[in-house]
Amino acid sequence: MLFDFSDYAQLLPLVVNSLLAATLLGLMGGLIGIFVMNRDSSFAVHGISELSFAGAAIALLVGVDVVFGSILGSLAAAVLIAVLGSRAKERNSIIAVLMPFGLGVGILALSLYQGRASNKFGLLTGQIIAVDQPALAWLASISALVIVALLLIWRPLQFASLDPEVARARGVATSKLGYVFMVLLGLAVAASVQVVGALLVLSLLVTPAAAALRVTSSPKVAPLLSVLFALTASVGGILLAVGGGLPVSPYITTISFAIYLGCRAVAAARKRAARASVAKVSA
Amino acid sequence: MSDLSAGGRLTSSSSSTALETPVLSIRDATFGYDERPLWSNLNLDVAQGEFIAIIGSNGSGKTSLLRAILGQEHLTAGEIKLNGKSISTGSRSIGYIPQSRSVDANTPLRGKDLLTMGLNGHRFGLPFTSRKDKARVSHILDCIDGHELAKLPIGQLSGGQLQRFRVGQAVVDEPDLILADEPLSALDLAQQSILAELIDRERKDHSAAVLFVTHDVNPVLGMVDRVLYLANGQFKIGTPDEVLRSDVLSELYGAPVDVVRNQGRIAVLGALGADHEHHAHEEWH
Repeated sequence: MLFDFSDYAQLLPLVVNSLLAATLLGLMGGLIGIFVMNRDSSFAVHGISELSFAGAAIALLVGVDVVFGSILGSLAAAVLIAVLGSRAKERNSIIAVLMPFGLGVGILALSLYQGRASNKFGLLTGQIIAVDQPALAWLASISALVIVALLLIWRPLQFASLDPEVARARGVATSKLGYVFMVLLGLAVAASVQVVGALLVLSLLVTPAAAALRVTSSPKVAPLLSVLFALTASVGGILLAVGGGLPVSPYITTISFAIYLGCRAVAAARKRAARASVAKVSA
Repeated sequence: MSDLSAGGRLTSSSSSTALETPVLSIRDATFGYDERPLWSNLNLDVAQGEFIAIIGSNGSGKTSLLRAILGQEHLTAGEIKLNGKSISTGSRSIGYIPQSRSVDANTPLRGKDLLTMGLNGHRFGLPFTSRKDKARVSHILDCIDGHELAKLPIGQLSGGQLQRFRVGQAVVDEPDLILADEPLSALDLAQQSILAELIDRERKDHSAAVLFVTHDVNPVLGMVDRVLYLANGQFKIGTPDEVLRSDVLSELYGAPVDVVRNQGRIAVLGALGADHEHHAHEEWH
């Protein structure tokens, strides 16, 4: 059965931690997603998440904190991508080389792991109940750090991302900002992997921003919409997952995807309307 | 180098502005890759409010000179000072107009965002634009006649419209030096003169110096104080009348060159790559 809301009131308190985590991830994912789009780094998100998975799997195997392992994996990937792939073309090939390696290492670690099987699966596809108190503390500190840092470097990072030539001429340290951004992205991915799993991180860090940028080109409205979409997907996904018997990630990814489709439809309708009004004027 | 570039003109120019530090000072600058210098022993002092056109054929190092001033390329020898201080990578005293090129249609920036970034894009801190900055952006929108276009995504602007915002972006923070890298290329004549006048007006209003890289001197001929002509690993500096002459350019190119004047326009004929036509490729990209 896909949904069963009969015990909803009893179940909800059990997922309070998860809801808090989802709220933090929605805020962080929606914001950083704007820069992932502006810097054309979707593929980097995917690459980092695979290495984050590898880090988490190794941590699970050797019995240290999984969040710690996934942060280490993420940061290693982010720094490698930033240092080796300063040019866009190189970056994609570096990521394509790192990604299968990370996935392979992760699978190796999981197959050697003797513990509960659901732990294994959760790293790839996400889990709701798994957000315990220490994990929530990790998530809260990471997302607070990422959000505050992003807000403080917002203007120069936006300048460097969208208008790099002029930004450099004006003395903006574009390449240093690029490194800082990759580290923040690494942290954001590591945090997101805990809830949605390595395979589906894109649905929180890319899809909401991609949807927002379909319907607005205002640099103020876009991040607000993106955060709204990401929150809807993450919190809404968990609320639905409580009533359903499936892992949380299909709900999150489906909501996220539906919002994206909706935004494309809005953009297409606007284009048609604009064309019609032009035709009317010229007729 | 010739008397014209290293001697007379330079001294007279620096004596007329002896009391102020030149905005830009280039000393014995040599630039080149490997053994082949693109230009060597370049000396140039640019005074406040001075408009200098940098002309030359492809590969003569015009863009490299701008990049050296921006600290993005390193000189082989010599030094460049901006307001009396050694240059670093970029500066808030510089307004930069990049080459006109198309922008991705989905770039999430509107015309007025381009201006706002020119004003506070370098600033860290919470991304709120102060009332003062908003007023300044609005004033520039008046100047470039951009209020109606200000809310359109820049990907939807025509080449000429976008360059108007580029000019606005370059002057919005009242820079001491405006560097323009072929801002008129790919624009029609009417748009060329609108843009050239915009830049000219801004430099007069705020006595900003202008270095204007161009293939064709004609759109800016009326505003140019001096010309820096780069060719053949050498250069000439002087007023248009001093430099844009058949004998001077023939010596520079080491080959016969005809400078033809007709109805206030100038055409340089005969030199390899010096003809006034648009070249598809700029050097070093």
